[in-house]
Amino acid sequence: MLVSLYRYNPETDNAPYMQDVELNVPEGKDLMVLDVLNLIKEQDPSMAYRRSCREGVCGSDGMNMNGKNGLACITPLSEVLKNNKLVLRPLPGLPVIRDLVVDMSLFYKQYEKVMPYLVNDNPPPAIERYQSPEDREKLDGLYECILCACCSTACPSFWWNPDKFIGPAGLLQAYRFLADSRDTAQEERLANLDDPFSVFRCRGIMNCVSVCPKGLNPTRAIGHIRNLLLQRAT
Amino acid sequence: MVNSVTNLGRSGVYDWLIQRVTAYVLALYTIFLFGFLLTSDVSYETWSGLFDQTWFRIFSLLALLSIGAHAWVGLWTVTTDYIKATLPRFLVQALCGLIMFVYVVWGIQILWGL
Repeated sequence: MLVSLYRYNPETDNAPYMQDVELNVPEGKDLMVLDVLNLIKEQDPSMAYRRSCREGVCGSDGMNMNGKNGLACITPLSEVLKNNKLVLRPLPGLPVIRDLVVDMSLFYKQYEKVMPYLVNDNPPPAIERYQSPEDREKLDGLYECILCACCSTACPSFWWNPDKFIGPAGLLQAYRFLADSRDTAQEERLANLDDPFSVFRCRGIMNCVSVCPKGLNPTRAIGHIRNLLLQRAT
Repeated sequence: MVNSVTNLGRSGVYDWLIQRVTAYVLALYTIFLFGFLLTSDVSYETWSGLFDQTWFRIFSLLALLSIGAHAWVGLWTVTTDYIKATLPRFLVQALCGLIMFVYVVWGIQILWGL
């Protein structure tokens, strides 16, 4: 099997380049892409990539595999391999620190903007803030995001305006707190989003939905935010 | 909150709403014109008869203003996506604005000057 790797070490390379590695994968097993990377790292320890939990929970190993973003640890080779070839690139649109490692500062900056925490000015009750099962259900499909950045880096609107457009990951979390019955800052949250860039750069092409490794739907959440903004303004 | 002073409505919802409402106006106008062209024999008499009626002049002016607003929101979005340097972007936006303004005024002159 042929693996084509994006290589860039700013200390030694003038420019990024693709490195072809011929690899013998064990027969009769469907390895994950991360396993392939680990095999390559055994041969060439200078290969850099992020990984941690290796089971799709931590969100560290988001990368572009044969043109599609995903988590290397839960993507089987059989799913992405084309003509026995695998092309691995870093997540598109973010600055590359080295090889497959990208600088996620802009991604986190957008995440921070949506105030990704519960705001409630009422005095805390003795035990906890109760929520009905129905209200809790509204958070399903929102809270599961692991911030792997696969969606935002698959979004052309985020590529063109990563400093202004919140991006699908951030907006999914924005809606997670807008939809929370215990949150009291809905007005402030919406006021922060009511500009032509933060939410409305979404053109609904749904790349985010197609790549999300957790099967979430940021486009739908963005639609809900848009409706809330519309209700607030009319 | 991202600040912007060059977009039409200063607010994302406003721009979004304008884009949708004007799209409906333009769709209705287009469908009406197609219907007119298909159902009546197009001659100077029928055509000028149509444009003699005040309601149709108002409808045409509405469509013209809608094109202006619709195009401004759309082109503003395209220019902010693709032209990153401020001065060229501002110049292109100003040019688009000028062209739309000329079309609108010219359209008014044509509609009421016949």
